[in-house]
Amino acid sequence: MNFFSKTLAGFYVWVAITASSVSGLAQAATLYDDLGQEAGISHIVDETVQQILIDSRIKDGFKETNMKRLASLLKEQFCVLADGPCKYSGDDMKIVHEKLGITSAQFNALAEDLQLAMEKCAVPFTVQNKLIARLAPMKRDIVTVK
Amino acid sequence: MHLRHFSICLAISICGLSANTTNAQSTPLLPLPDQGKLLATAGVIQVEGAGGAGLVPWAVISGYGSENSYGFNAHVTQLNTQDYQLNTYGVALGICDKLELTLSKQAFSGSLAPLDKLKLSQDVVGVKLKLAGDLIADQDNWQPQIAMGAMYKRDQNVTGLDALGVTQVNQLGAKSDQGTDYYLSATKLFLAQSLLVNGTLRMTKANQMGLLGFGGDLHDHYQVMPEVSAAYLLNRKLALGAEYRKKPNNLSIDHEKAYYDAFVAWFPNKNVSVTLAYVDIGDITVFNPKDQHGWYLSVQIGN
Repeated sequence: MNFFSKTLAGFYVWVAITASSVSGLAQAATLYDDLGQEAGISHIVDETVQQILIDSRIKDGFKETNMKRLASLLKEQFCVLADGPCKYSGDDMKIVHEKLGITSAQFNALAEDLQLAMEKCAVPFTVQNKLIARLAPMKRDIVTVK
Repeated sequence: MHLRHFSICLAISICGLSANTTNAQSTPLLPLPDQGKLLATAGVIQVEGAGGAGLVPWAVISGYGSENSYGFNAHVTQLNTQDYQLNTYGVALGICDKLELTLSKQAFSGSLAPLDKLKLSQDVVGVKLKLAGDLIADQDNWQPQIAMGAMYKRDQNVTGLDALGVTQVNQLGAKSDQGTDYYLSATKLFLAQSLLVNGTLRMTKANQMGLLGFGGDLHDHYQVMPEVSAAYLLNRKLALGAEYRKKPNNLSIDHEKAYYDAFVAWFPNKNVSVTLAYVDIGDITVFNPKDQHGWYLSVQIGN
């Protein structure tokens, strides 16, 4: 092969190696991985529940709630949303929330508690936003006071 | 009718709430603002007093009041270029995340001869109505939040151009000392990318936003001007962005240029925001051909 062909071949080999390693990384780095998998999500949800219980804006709304069960369902839900290997065993968001009269401000308050929890768990801001982006559309089913 | 009662009724009708669901029924006082929006999601106040970024009005309603509440704020802004200074201050009211009412004053002055005594000022009354979309919830579709707005502007007399015998903008070629801009904005938050983009189309006859009057010897008709902003969210409290705003060229005494800026907006909490920008406002009038650029600082307090 002449010099040009060798260089081109070398370039193609480099591209192939880089592409396969990048795609290998891309396959591994799901949002589930970025959140720290099961342990990471568990930490985030537990912290979120702590934040909710001290949040004067919404804590009264959870007086009758079994917080242990809520935490367990949230962990399943976040896992599923983040493309993790889980199944969500709870009810539809609409059904769960339809009689609760939740306002936009209350929905946002919980979103803020989640943000604070993720900050405490040192989740990078870009990753936080990816999770919130997947949760945000649920606002339509959860907020019933318009 | 009591002013309070009227305000509650106005709020209820705009919010679309039924009379039974609001606690305003049980008290004669206005309910407190709920500060129910997420931090930074109401934008800041732009140079003409409307909710948006530094230069461009967005489809967001100013104030942290959620769709069942209201919010109000006051701002002060200063822009300094090599030869000019622009001070603006004003107030904004956001009702039920649907209607925005703003009032602001702009005072422009020169510091370089022969415009070193020049003072221009105008008052701006703004109104904006959100038409469609939910900035936060619409993460699973392409729908932007959309709003339309208007800015009624009126100039005060020109001072400092006595040598030229000029005391009104009409004497500089403007056809009127008052005018209204109409705009349509579409704002989209791509939360997964930590990115916000806004496009605004403004129908205007304003010269230098209206400081040099409306319409001119070159053109005296409405033209559509495009304006864009883009912002990257660094964290919950900090955003970086850039803007571009095209301007008409109605006056022969002013080769009016587009405005550009690059900004940093800081939101320490829901009561304060600070915006720092580097702005390029082009050359202002043929009396000074130097391209004007400099620092812009805006502080907003409210809820």
